[in-house]
Amino acid sequence: MLRCSQPLTGPNRKRCREDEMLLGTVLDEGERGFVIDTRSAQVAKQARMTGGGTEPKSSYPQWKRLHRPLERGRLLQESFIKLVEACNDTSVNMDRWLSRLESSRWLSHVKAALSTACLAAQCMDREEASVLVHGAEGTDTTLLVTALAQVILDPSCRTLVGFQGLLEREWIQAGHPFHLRCSHSAYSHARLKQEAPLFLLFLDCVWQLSRQFPFSLEFGERLLLTLFDNAYASAYGTFLCNNEKERRVGESTHSLWAWLNEPGEKKKYLNPLYSPNPLVIWPSVEPQSIQLWQGLFLRWIRSSQHLDEAWAEIQCIVEGH
Amino acid sequence: VENVRLLDRLSSRKATLGTLYLTATHVIFVENGSEARKETWVLHSQISSIEKQATTATGCPLLIRCKNFQVIQLVIPQERDCHDIYISLIRLARPVKYEELYCFSFNPKLDKEEREQGWKLVDLTEEYNRMGVPNNSWQISDVNRDYGVCDSYPTEVYVPRSATAHIIVGSSKFRSRRRFPALSYYCKDNNASICRSSQPLSGFSARCLEDEQMLQAIRKANPGSDFLYVVDTRPKLNAMANRAAGKGYENEDNYSNIKFQFIGIENIHVMRNSLQKMLEVCELKSPSMSDFLWGLENSGWLKHIKAIMDAGIFIAKAVAEEGVSVLVHCSDGWDRTAQVCSVASLLLDPYYRTMKGFMVLIEKDWVSFGHKFNHRYGNLDGDPKEISPVIDQFIECVWQLMEQFPCAFEFNERFLIHIQHHIYSCQFGNFLCNSQKERRELKIQERTYSLWAHLWKNRADYLNPLYRPDHSQTRGTLWPQMAPCNFLYKFWSGMYNRFEKGLHPRQSVTDYLMAVKEETQQLEEELEVLRERLANLQKSQLNDYKVKSKQQDRSKQLGLSTSDNSLANTPQEYSNDLKSFPSRSPSQGDEEDSALILTQDNLKSSDPDLSATSDQESGVEDLSCRSPSCLPSEDSGKDSDEAVFLAV
Repeated sequence: MLRCSQPLTGPNRKRCREDEMLLGTVLDEGERGFVIDTRSAQVAKQARMTGGGTEPKSSYPQWKRLHRPLERGRLLQESFIKLVEACNDTSVNMDRWLSRLESSRWLSHVKAALSTACLAAQCMDREEASVLVHGAEGTDTTLLVTALAQVILDPSCRTLVGFQGLLEREWIQAGHPFHLRCSHSAYSHARLKQEAPLFLLFLDCVWQLSRQFPFSLEFGERLLLTLFDNAYASAYGTFLCNNEKERRVGESTHSLWAWLNEPGEKKKYLNPLYSPNPLVIWPSVEPQSIQLWQGLFLRWIRSSQHLDEAWAEIQCIVEGH
Repeated sequence: VENVRLLDRLSSRKATLGTLYLTATHVIFVENGSEARKETWVLHSQISSIEKQATTATGCPLLIRCKNFQVIQLVIPQERDCHDIYISLIRLARPVKYEELYCFSFNPKLDKEEREQGWKLVDLTEEYNRMGVPNNSWQISDVNRDYGVCDSYPTEVYVPRSATAHIIVGSSKFRSRRRFPALSYYCKDNNASICRSSQPLSGFSARCLEDEQMLQAIRKANPGSDFLYVVDTRPKLNAMANRAAGKGYENEDNYSNIKFQFIGIENIHVMRNSLQKMLEVCELKSPSMSDFLWGLENSGWLKHIKAIMDAGIFIAKAVAEEGVSVLVHCSDGWDRTAQVCSVASLLLDPYYRTMKGFMVLIEKDWVSFGHKFNHRYGNLDGDPKEISPVIDQFIECVWQLMEQFPCAFEFNERFLIHIQHHIYSCQFGNFLCNSQKERRELKIQERTYSLWAHLWKNRADYLNPLYRPDHSQTRGTLWPQMAPCNFLYKFWSGMYNRFEKGLHPRQSVTDYLMAVKEETQQLEEELEVLRERLANLQKSQLNDYKVKSKQQDRSKQLGLSTSDNSLANTPQEYSNDLKSFPSRSPSQGDEEDSALILTQDNLKSSDPDLSATSDQESGVEDLSCRSPSCLPSEDSGKDSDEAVFLAV
């Protein structure tokens, strides 16, 4: 699986020999690959007008292009804000709750993200074909897809350490602009600039996986919540800045990973039900299978006491054994 | 009929070929060829509707919808056969006599005494005693001993001591269907009670001295409060409309010291339609998130569930927090009243959250108080307008509570699903007819078996591993979070998509934890035995005896072999674009991804839809299917070594 940004085809359908060769080296003679473009075909085409574009079939004959539009940017942030507002609105009665939930479209975005990641995984695992993922910049929806696909495909990404490695690779080093994306929360009244909850969307999708495969992730919800918190406001430098270059401040901050992996801390994030599953985990993306991540969105609205007690009980049973 | 195809609901490409059989009690589809010869059994009682669809090139599609939400899509090759099957099923699914029902032919191979014992498992007199009645304030009345006062009530009812037979009879004449106020739940901590009845025949201005005296008696039976709540679970408009028909509700001016309250739960017709709409959403092929959420909201189903729950909470609060007694009614006092009283009891009393207690609760508030099982769930062919998912809604309320309070219930989701299943299956005699009177006339207890005994026998399958009697969640009253709380109501896909395996987590956390607990217990017992033996050996001073110490890797015994291909699941159709590429199937088990559990050797679930020849649906109860919770076979070698060691 590879990732990149959009080719700069432009309105004059420019070609780039080196780019074609590079992608050519990935595939053997007669092999086919898939390009998963996270923009709709129309948007991707329009991108040519501003210098971007898509890989033309003629120049990349071995690659079949699939468009799977995933929401990003302002629309995604608005979706997030709408959901948070719906959850906090005490005046909503049961008559209207589901349509409020629906009109935020957040769960649709979760479904789309999971479906696309599964598609990428399916190409690799079932079709045994290579996959190239990109959107426009290659820093948002692209990373969402590649990271999620790896959780689905690769059991080592489902371990505590492996997951951290995945985050480092696919989000932090890959240059997801955390500073721009997570500068304000959904509660903020500041004018939106470049905020977008892609990382949260990723964590939500991982949470959905943990629900559908309760034994297959070494970590639990608590880790996901901690990561969410730290992406927005952190005592550590891990999610600071927008890319590695800017992050050369690294010397003067502490790493979140170092803290998380301390034996005393670490055990709080483990899933007591964990049992290594070497197989690919294929989630159901039917609407019934995708639920609102209450632990995050209702965190301050509903008491988690009873659920925490249930987890404590699970811990007890497993440890007793 | 041969060469019938059974289509998979989610993936229309997956169809299995087999033979269809129709028996007196079941429809059976047997897969061709495969070694397992998987069978799908459907009881005629479960069939809700049959739809013949337009003939296509591949054959004649027949859609069978079941009351337990199973949907079976068959394709019959010949139109003639399809028509015959259709006509037969229509007749078979609409029995006219009780004797046609499965419970009269079902034979679990128990003797007469065992059958009798099964029926005695739940004893209501014992239950009322447990509550604390009869006592100074409450007594048993035998005024209805021959069903002479109210034919839908039981022979034994509990009433305030000051309610004489004269008062009861007088009150019954002033109540719809003569369902006079009677005790449902008594709280011995504060003497508050929940009583139930039907609507008064008050019209616009009618009064009845005895009925007013009855309510006064109920109020006085609780010295801790100077007023009584009267809760009408209907929407105000409906109740008012009933006045024009000579019925209605209690006027606060006429009844001394009552506080009247409408709670507004819709009637059986609204609920029937609501379920219908929700099931239509479930049948959508590959719906978007929007389609689903809109459809679900449009059906109003969760709104109704919440309304019932809110009513139960109101009553529980009145009893537990205010110490005030409540009289509950709706129109006839056998639908919404039953729902609301049983929800309130469940919130108030932890006993009803145990397995036995739950059976008792259903027996008390639904069976004994004359909920019309036959009419509501269509045991026999009847008026379609009487059909309504009343008890289904109550069962869902329980599930919603289980989701909010995972440690509070002794039983698990499977218990609820199986109860719902058997309310419609008519495999057992508990939920037949419309009243206790009818059941006694039919001699149900002598001719059929009790579901409660069957569930109790298999109770290991129904336990909630997180339940502990001394847990804070299990003691005392349960208080669900009040507003905001809309988000707490979830769509119950375990029930409404029960048979769509692809939708559910492949691994059951409940079963896993139960297996862990059981093994822990066994190991502890073994450890105890070994300790004792060691002590004995040491005592008898066999110093020169070489004690074999077996190092056993206990952690591996649970058989958590996740490399087992049976765990593999298959991707659903995420995309149509891959059609042009032939799908190569690696060895990850593209075959049937049945809902196997991790420790599959340990626990065989008695879920009717999991096993091939379901031992619950077939005529013979195959007791050998119930495997004991034994450890995986890798232990057998060790066992023999240990036996040698211990025998000395």
